[in-house]
Amino acid sequence: MFRKKITFPLITFLGVLILWELITRFSGWSHQVFPSPLAVLISMQELVINGELLKQSVASLFRVTIGFFLAVILGIPLGIILGRLEIAKLLFNPLVQFLRPISPLAWIPLAMLWFGIGDQPAIFLIFLSSFFPMVVSTSVAVETIKPTFFQVAANFNFSRYDVITKIVIPAITPEVITALRLTITIAWLVVVAAEMIAVQSGLGYMILDSRNALRMDYVMVGMIVIGIIGLFLDFMMRALGNIESTAWGRLSK
Amino acid sequence: MSHIQIKNLKKSYVDKRRVARSGKPDAASQEIVVLDDINLEFEEGEMVCILGPSGCGKSTMLRMIAGFDQPTSGEVLINGEPIDGPRADNIFVFQHSGLLPWMTVWENVELGLRHLEDKEEKDKTIQEYITMVELTGFEHHYPHQLSGGMQRRAELARAIAVNPDTLIMDEPFSGLDFLTHMKVREEVVNMHEYIKKTTLIVTHDIDDALIMGDRVIVMSGRPSHVKLEKKLNFGRPRDLARNHELSELREEIFFMLGISYAV
Ligand SMILES: Nc1ncnc2c1ncn2[C@@H]1O[C@H](COP(=O)(O)OP(=O)(O)OP(=O)(O)O)[C@@H](O)[C@H]1O
Ligand SMILES: [Mg+2]
Repeated sequence: MFRKKITFPLITFLGVLILWELITRFSGWSHQVFPSPLAVLISMQELVINGELLKQSVASLFRVTIGFFLAVILGIPLGIILGRLEIAKLLFNPLVQFLRPISPLAWIPLAMLWFGIGDQPAIFLIFLSSFFPMVVSTSVAVETIKPTFFQVAANFNFSRYDVITKIVIPAITPEVITALRLTITIAWLVVVAAEMIAVQSGLGYMILDSRNALRMDYVMVGMIVIGIIGLFLDFMMRALGNIESTAWGRLSK
Repeated sequence: MSHIQIKNLKKSYVDKRRVARSGKPDAASQEIVVLDDINLEFEEGEMVCILGPSGCGKSTMLRMIAGFDQPTSGEVLINGEPIDGPRADNIFVFQHSGLLPWMTVWENVELGLRHLEDKEEKDKTIQEYITMVELTGFEHHYPHQLSGGMQRRAELARAIAVNPDTLIMDEPFSGLDFLTHMKVREEVVNMHEYIKKTTLIVTHDIDDALIMGDRVIVMSGRPSHVKLEKKLNFGRPRDLARNHELSELREEIFFMLGISYAV
């Protein structure tokens, strides 16, 4: 079982590598435009050794971490308030719903005008991309909590504080973990785009800069590393879902 | 004075769909009367079983006794006082599981004992009730790791651990297989013998009512009123097949619920 989970994806990746190699050999494209897997691997080694890759990855991860973290610590409580208080929902939900479909990329000009060039506009964009999904998924999760749980709470004289800590938060945890997974993926997509415009470091900047220098091998190295880090981020969020007291969310639905 | 009194209780809902269809905003003409002028009294320590056709308002009545819901008119009094909401001496056992799925059996039973200062005494009490419903060894299991019958027993332990004055059970055996049903029923009877608290049980099963109840109440279909009230002055265990009086009553109730008894 475990073997299959490793070998089958490896077969697919190997197939892609072979196809890639065949294209570079027989398509007639210059190696400048379409470098071979081996050339990309050599470039990757070069970028690892000179520290460039680590530096740019850390820059991107730093922005995602800060922006995502801010979005989560503000978005979850706001989602809980919207889910619990009718009046808050009436006041803020239309605004949230209006802002949500505006792509974070549409904010780039304003972000740069307000924050200049550097980490701040990028973090701001990542925050925007993660904040609204977190608010909306949290408030939906709160609204769909089984009424029985609130009746149990009332029956056992729970205080308002107990209702939040012992009912609402544990009840929404499985959905919130799913939301974290989806949202970190969005944040990771946005950081690359933001770095192509609003900053002069990070994997997005590296890709853009390499394109300007016509180094497609570096572009491809950047893409591969983005994919690998994306997988790693998703894996981390998924690990959260394996906590024992959230297992009911997977099993009872 | 009786422990619980239900006086001229009436409950109706406005059928929103019917209002929308008719286009008439006159809500009163579109209301569904669920409970119609119910008058009942429950004595301290009594176990009363309530029967009635599906949808007649049994759960609705229990919810009002638990304080989850307000009557349209009339009142529910406990020790002479109108109830103003849910409280821990008036515990409701839910038709579908009311265990909190993110808490272990132990933590669920602890819910009603949170405020006990003395940790040693608290732990002893929790263990005592878990042992009572025969769930030793499953203290740190989550509800989804238990069978249906074990979940009911855990909820029972949680309910009686707070030492409530009243236990309100909505179909505590629904969805259980035959043997588990018997087992949980026996558990409820034993528990009642032991704590002697006022216990109201809604059930679909006539035999349950006749075997367990100190009294049985049969409600009519909607708009619901009390159709039959009968004291069962028999010891336990009861054998329905041998007890002539009970068998006749059984037949009578079957007939009353509109089911032909001898299929
Ligand atoms: N919130 C509500 N709004 C409108 N109608 C309701 C509401 N709750 C219950 N009803 C109606 O009240 C009636 C009684 O419901 P209730 O759940 O009390 O029945 P019951 O006797 O417990 O049935 P069962 O044996 O199937 O559990 C039903 O016909 C239902 O449609
Ligand atoms: Mg019911």
